[in-house]
Amino acid sequence: MSKAGFEEVQHTADWALRVWAPNRSELFRQAALGMNALMGLRLQDGAEQRVEFHLSAEDDESLLVSFLNEVLFYLEIDRIGFEDFPVKLNNSRLDAELWGKPIRSIEKPIKAVTFHNLVVRRGEDGLEARLVFDV
Amino acid sequence: MIRIQDLKKVSDYEWEIPKSYRQDMRVAVRLFVTRRLLEAALQDLSIEQAINAATLPGVVEPVVVMPDMHQGYGFPIGGVAATRYPNGVISPGAIGYDINCGVRLLASTIPLEAAQPRLDDLANALNHYCPSGVGSEGLIHLSTAELDAVCRQGARWALKKGMASEEDLRRTEENGCLEGADPGKVSQRAKQRGMAQLGTLGAGNHFIEVDVVDQIYDAEAAAAMGLQEGMLTLMIHCGSRGFGHQICTDYVQDLQSAVKRYGIQLPDRELVCAPLDSPEGQNYLAAMRSAANYAFCNRQILAHHARRAFEEVFAGSGLRWQLHQVYDIAHNMGKVENHEVNGRKMKVCVHRKGATRAFGPGNPELPDVYKPIGQPVLVPGSMGTASWVLIGTEDSMARSWGSTCHGAGRVLSRNKAKKDFRGERLRNELEQSGIHVRAGSMSGLAEEAPMAYKDVDEVVETVSGAGIARKVARLRPVIVIKG
Repeated sequence: MSKAGFEEVQHTADWALRVWAPNRSELFRQAALGMNALMGLRLQDGAEQRVEFHLSAEDDESLLVSFLNEVLFYLEIDRIGFEDFPVKLNNSRLDAELWGKPIRSIEKPIKAVTFHNLVVRRGEDGLEARLVFDV
Repeated sequence: MIRIQDLKKVSDYEWEIPKSYRQDMRVAVRLFVTRRLLEAALQDLSIEQAINAATLPGVVEPVVVMPDMHQGYGFPIGGVAATRYPNGVISPGAIGYDINCGVRLLASTIPLEAAQPRLDDLANALNHYCPSGVGSEGLIHLSTAELDAVCRQGARWALKKGMASEEDLRRTEENGCLEGADPGKVSQRAKQRGMAQLGTLGAGNHFIEVDVVDQIYDAEAAAAMGLQEGMLTLMIHCGSRGFGHQICTDYVQDLQSAVKRYGIQLPDRELVCAPLDSPEGQNYLAAMRSAANYAFCNRQILAHHARRAFEEVFAGSGLRWQLHQVYDIAHNMGKVENHEVNGRKMKVCVHRKGATRAFGPGNPELPDVYKPIGQPVLVPGSMGTASWVLIGTEDSMARSWGSTCHGAGRVLSRNKAKKDFRGERLRNELEQSGIHVRAGSMSGLAEEAPMAYKDVDEVVETVSGAGIARKVARLRPVIVIKG
């Protein structure tokens, strides 16, 4: 198994994703990449738009949900998506400077990121989390 | 994991998990299921989630689960939990992201046979007038002030704009407007999502369907509802769109710290809650009611668009194109209601998530036309299969917090459904069986394949057998519009 990645896991009504990474910022990046993959997001070529946001939360789970919901908000309201998610995490704070492109198509949207059984766990190979999405 | 031997059989349609099953349970869980449906439910986490719901502070016996239950997040779909008012809790996760997701049914006097040559045109017209799909935007772009008015007025806002009749409102739960909505408790972000989506269907399992009344089981109730065998009806299934989703997202996030402040221990963070009489609980209640009113207005505007489609296709044909409202009812909502508990009147906040209010005859909340028979309950089946019209009973008031089932209930994950079924093939099969399909996405269609759901007839037989609803009519689809 690679050191960082994501895979879809079964959930009756909605979508779920297992993500793993050696550190927090990579875990957050993998979760957002996994969300892009689940949605079948395709972006247009051309000019990129710089997007910057800062978030803080009292624990990793809250910060992860906030971050992913922020990405969904840009998708729905500004109609832009991101190919990569190089975020910086410092304790309870997340700083993101992302480059967005207009959406070409989305196969199936995610409507919200849930806290359902969400725990960021530390294992032998790094961090792992399981996310359930409302679709 | 819970096993079947941990449950007590009450009758062929009712089982119970005693509160002694797990130390943190405050009340028992009552399941309205046959043995077969129970065995199916044990395959996922829905029953564990119902047990988790039984730990909510202030929860009143029992937590109820319907036969169409399936695993949700935090709280099971098909679950009902009543909490003591005002010192019990309110939990956004126990109401769901799509606040006031619900169903509206309109009836016509157009016979299927006469309509048959025009059904393709009708499918096109409905698809044209009722915007659907992901993040779809409608013809109405609200200003902030207008959105606030929708939050406060619900379906009455549509009446003022000429898109509803007084009769539509009378035949809507709460007359299409919950008291106590406060758009000041809704985030700017939610408002941004809500401004352009009013009058749209969205995606997922939402749909507009034209059905034919296939069989009538209760002639008196059907007559009161204006349902006649062989005539067309129109069903709308949708909710509060991105607006409600954002409100739920915001409050699930905000209440993460509230549970710590109030010293509430929970088995799943998605169940976060706050006491109903706390500032946090009151704020969520006011925001949730805003989303509920947005959804009532949304279905009203979609009904208006659908009427335009019917007029366009049937006007001049000699057929009466008019659609009259049967009822509009939510299946994801939190409501403060009066119920009788152990012989005493009690005010509770009833959380229904994937469960339909089913008030019995004589309830003062019902419009005059339905007081003698009970409240209409609208139960959409899976795509291409039957839907049902039921009514609430005295038993539903006494045993299930005035609630019953809401649909078929998923059995297959969306992922598995997509792997097992092809959207194009499914559409062809539905078309061959005489159902006109318009769908925005083929993979979305595959996810909603009827085989991914339980048999709605079995679900209805169960609630009917248990006595928590009575059958009025069965509907068969002839047009399906999906986002």
